[in-house]
Amino acid sequence: MNTFLSDLPRYPFLQYALLTGILASVACGIIGSYVVTKRITYIAGSIAHTVLGGLGAARYCQAVCGWEWFHPFYGAVLAALASALIIGIVSMRAKQREDTVIGSLWAIGMAAGILFIYRTPGYNEDLMSYLFGSILMVSPGDLWMIACLDVLVVAAGVLFYNRFLALCFDEEFARLRGVNVELFYLLLLCLTALTVVLLVSVVGIVMVIALLTIPAAIAGELTKRLWHMMVLSTLLTILFTVTGLAVSYGPDLPAGATTIIIAGAAYLFVVGGLRIHRLRRKH
Amino acid sequence: MEGEVIVSFQKVDFSYNSVPVLEGVSFAIYDRSFISIVGPNAGGKTTLLKLMLGLLNPSRGTIEVFGMPPERARSFIGYMPQHVQFDTSFPVTVLDVVLMGRLGNGTRFGPYGKKDRAICIEALRRLEMHDAWKHPFGALSGGQRQRVLIARALATEPKLLLLDEPTSNVDVAVETELFELLNALSKTTTVIVVSHDLGFVSQYVQRVVCVNRTVAVHPTAAITGEMISDLYGAAVRMVQHDHRE
Repeated sequence: MNTFLSDLPRYPFLQYALLTGILASVACGIIGSYVVTKRITYIAGSIAHTVLGGLGAARYCQAVCGWEWFHPFYGAVLAALASALIIGIVSMRAKQREDTVIGSLWAIGMAAGILFIYRTPGYNEDLMSYLFGSILMVSPGDLWMIACLDVLVVAAGVLFYNRFLALCFDEEFARLRGVNVELFYLLLLCLTALTVVLLVSVVGIVMVIALLTIPAAIAGELTKRLWHMMVLSTLLTILFTVTGLAVSYGPDLPAGATTIIIAGAAYLFVVGGLRIHRLRRKH
Repeated sequence: MEGEVIVSFQKVDFSYNSVPVLEGVSFAIYDRSFISIVGPNAGGKTTLLKLMLGLLNPSRGTIEVFGMPPERARSFIGYMPQHVQFDTSFPVTVLDVVLMGRLGNGTRFGPYGKKDRAICIEALRRLEMHDAWKHPFGALSGGQRQRVLIARALATEPKLLLLDEPTSNVDVAVETELFELLNALSKTTTVIVVSHDLGFVSQYVQRVVCVNRTVAVHPTAAITGEMISDLYGAAVRMVQHDHRE
């Protein structure tokens, strides 16, 4: 913790990491609240894992085909959006097949990613950083892309708040009030996909769902309105990513995993605390 | 003296996965009337409402609402469903729920306006739920939730109000109050209420739409014991409900 604080002003990479965590947290708090109330955590999980396919393919194209412009970030965005649209369309057209498609895409995306990375010359450290996060390796260029995506996601999430709330609460009524339910459901899945991409560098593919849902779940226990849930969830995500980074830095622990452990502990603490509080009040 | 036709069904058939639910349904509902749809469970009452809303499509026949296909007439209809499947921990307040009735009427982006909030508070006041506007919706009792959902339907400022079993969770006193309110509303708005309690509704409504696979429309003055037993398939004991003074 102290090493983190004394090194922070000296090393730009730490400042980039801190900014990445804070920026991603805003999108995560807002979209995570929609994901939790709409109960589409599994869809978010599947999208996260297909991102590996996109990252792997883009890395392969860079290294083998010489497509220098094809940054893995673009591959991740494309794969995430494609899987969001596939899952969304299947769940609207053939609801009974939804979970099969979610599960299949989950595994196929990972398999494709692993094959591409295996055939990409060089060290396989890419794989580890994609899976478990690499917040300390964020470059200024990455930071710009993260900031742009973040602005896009947050703007859409806030601008269409009323429609998304109606969609999450009572889809049939939203449809009757003239909301294009299919379009907004697909938009919500696409925003989820972009949020997943933002979070991949923070905690890695494997732990994305935890960061998307745990802060929102804690906030949901403590608030009565969706936008209050979003604000609290955003603040909690910032708290978890920043403390995760600070705590892991000194003893050289993986930052992503540390962040998730802190978030999980906080969740247990809050849920347990509320149970005890309610029991006491009854007596 | 009858106004213009608001809802018309012509030779409508509907089936769920080839199981016929409604057959050869033809009837008309006129402007500014108070109508009840009655019939046994699974007789097709909710199906009839969903056809009027265009949430279901008939397998045969034509349906017109305000002279349009039902999907296009939706914006004029205020609907209260019988059940809303939602998570009781969903973070919404009573006012948030009622404000959903303002979607499509007012603001497209960003927060709802002052006028929207005023309309919603007024709708809640009519159902005597305005004191609870800040309460979490999930913490309400079944009857209170129904009243909030009716307020949501009113907040759409409808020309046609469709209520599916609005009194299934409330006691007789509240039921009477609600029907007095609907009676007053029916002077300016057409009101269609699904009910299982024919005896009770018959003191308020002008016509009863009896649904049990087929549909028959009766003026309430003409309801007889024979008609009821035709509808429900057995002799039903009638009770005179005379709560009104």
